[in-house]
Amino acid sequence: MRDTPLSNCERDFLLKAIEEKKRLDGRQTYDYRSIKISFGTDYGCCFVDLGKTRIMAQVSCELITPKENRPNEGIMFFNIELSPMASPSFEMGRQSELLVKLNRQLERCLRNSKCIDTESLCVVSGEKVWQIRVDVHLLNHDGNLMDAASIAAIAALCHFRRPDVGIQGEEVTVYSTEERDPIPLSIYHMPICVSFSFFQQGTYLLVDPCEREERVMDGLLMIAMNKHREICSIQSSGGIMLLKDQVLRCSKIASVKVSEITELINKALANDKKARKTGGKFGFAESLPQERITALKTDVSPVEMSDVKEKANEIVQRAEVPPQTVPSPVLTAPGTGQVGEGIENSWGLEEEEEEEEEEETMELEEGHEEKERGDVVVISDSGSEEEDVVILNQVTTKEKACSSNQQGAVASKQQKKKKRK
Amino acid sequence: MLSCFKDKVGDVLLPGDVFSFQMPESITDSKPEKVVCGPGLRRNGDEVLVCKSGILRHKQPNLYWIDSQQRRYVPGKGESVIGIIAAKSGDIFKVDVGGSEQASLSYLAFEGATKRNRPNVQVGDLVYSQFIIANKDMEPELVCIDSCGRANGMGVFGAGGLLFKVSLGLVRRLLAPQSEIAKDLEKMFPFEIVVGMNGRVWVKSKTIQQTLIVANLLESCENMTAQQRQTLFRRVADGSI
Repeated sequence: MRDTPLSNCERDFLLKAIEEKKRLDGRQTYDYRSIKISFGTDYGCCFVDLGKTRIMAQVSCELITPKENRPNEGIMFFNIELSPMASPSFEMGRQSELLVKLNRQLERCLRNSKCIDTESLCVVSGEKVWQIRVDVHLLNHDGNLMDAASIAAIAALCHFRRPDVGIQGEEVTVYSTEERDPIPLSIYHMPICVSFSFFQQGTYLLVDPCEREERVMDGLLMIAMNKHREICSIQSSGGIMLLKDQVLRCSKIASVKVSEITELINKALANDKKARKTGGKFGFAESLPQERITALKTDVSPVEMSDVKEKANEIVQRAEVPPQTVPSPVLTAPGTGQVGEGIENSWGLEEEEEEEEEEETMELEEGHEEKERGDVVVISDSGSEEEDVVILNQVTTKEKACSSNQQGAVASKQQKKKKRK
Repeated sequence: MLSCFKDKVGDVLLPGDVFSFQMPESITDSKPEKVVCGPGLRRNGDEVLVCKSGILRHKQPNLYWIDSQQRRYVPGKGESVIGIIAAKSGDIFKVDVGGSEQASLSYLAFEGATKRNRPNVQVGDLVYSQFIIANKDMEPELVCIDSCGRANGMGVFGAGGLLFKVSLGLVRRLLAPQSEIAKDLEKMFPFEIVVGMNGRVWVKSKTIQQTLIVANLLESCENMTAQQRQTLFRRVADGSI
């Protein structure tokens, strides 16, 4: 859909208002809109509200082979997406100029500034390194996308935890979240972008332009800085001529803003950490105001609890003995295994096919009876390296096999992922 | 038949609710009543279906409609809207009205315009105009004159004011004959206002500050009760410049 054109009267009014130092929402020249940072239930998911602009960032990680010229450094990958729900002019799949500009700017700000220690992401030099992927989604466009995107990206990176890795000689074990606590990334500093918009050929300056102000601006100066007053990236677009002292003044304003925003991010991270530790509820759903419609709510009704224990015992005694646990799997052919004998096909296929299947299984079972009983049976799928290799014991069984999800079999979730060289 | 409607006046209805009209035998001798279905109600054979969620309203003698809330405008015939001239092509102007398609406005549809005497309209101007054709099968068409050929308040306008967008429900409330919001606003300070049915409002006052105040007040009184709105207006009037 096309975006609404800007009418002449709006443009004139906005420029006149800026000359009188008035903004549409009553802010001062150097004021930011209210910033709200909240985190999701997963580690690495962050929502940022900058006024009405809304952005979500999600961080994920994966083990891959590193680049050839940098064998002991991890890889950072950034991706910004303009969702069509953000503005009627955004279309899915269309590479617009704005999208390319935002992507390049975010990469320059976060990757070239070396804010993340990429060498700590290396697992096995030359073979396995972590690839950290940051996906930023724009949910509502009300101006100043770059600032909001950088805040969301760096907050999500600080919030993210990657799985722990253990190296013993030649073996590398990646522990899941249940086995060992995931560890945070090592972040040196937090670069944050601050945008300055210029009007009337550089005469007037506004910080944090909203969408309408962005439409009438002449040019944009974007400074990425961290709280130690180090400039990470600086970019001027729109072709305006800026004087040296204007740029210096902007950098001073930026350092003040950046320290405020960094403090805000740290406070939000601390709150989230506290909520997770004390077991309180956290996540995106909890950060919304509770405006529930209790249509399905029923009143609390008392339940008779006096003879629950006796009833439960009775039921347990009267219950039938459960069937025996399934024996250890049978290797019917290289690469396949079978647990149990398989139940009858209940899909109602024609009788001929059923008879054929029965004949096949009978033959296979006869041929491989020798390989049946072992204490430890290892089934490995030689096809893909990434598959889980499951070690099964005779006592605790679980399947990696074709048929039955039968009763009695599921024990604990002991899935050790082992990678063998 | 009317009785099942009358019960539900003032209730919240959801799309999919059905009013069915089987005439019971006992009232076959009375004349069949006519019911006019307004926006949000649609006839489907013997039944009337609700297609929008909202409150059922009634106007004497027999008009029923659903009062619903939305921001996206759908052009309707006879509605007066504020449009922005997006392009000039040959004999017609392409006007953006906030709908899915741009409407066309002929240059002859202005008061006193002839082939030699073209109206002074530039790209980016605001026009207050009326739909003469607005259905889902054709491109919508606008005119800036009424049936007698007079402008009647329509045409190009807008130097010096501020244009902003609100929801359609607020616009209808502002345009209602005994609008409370308009009455409260009048007490603040003098200003000019043009309200388009497509959710666009244009405001102009003596100073820029006052214009901004009126614009912000209108945008914020969307979800307020009458009480909250009056306290807000009073606070602003006391502390206003």
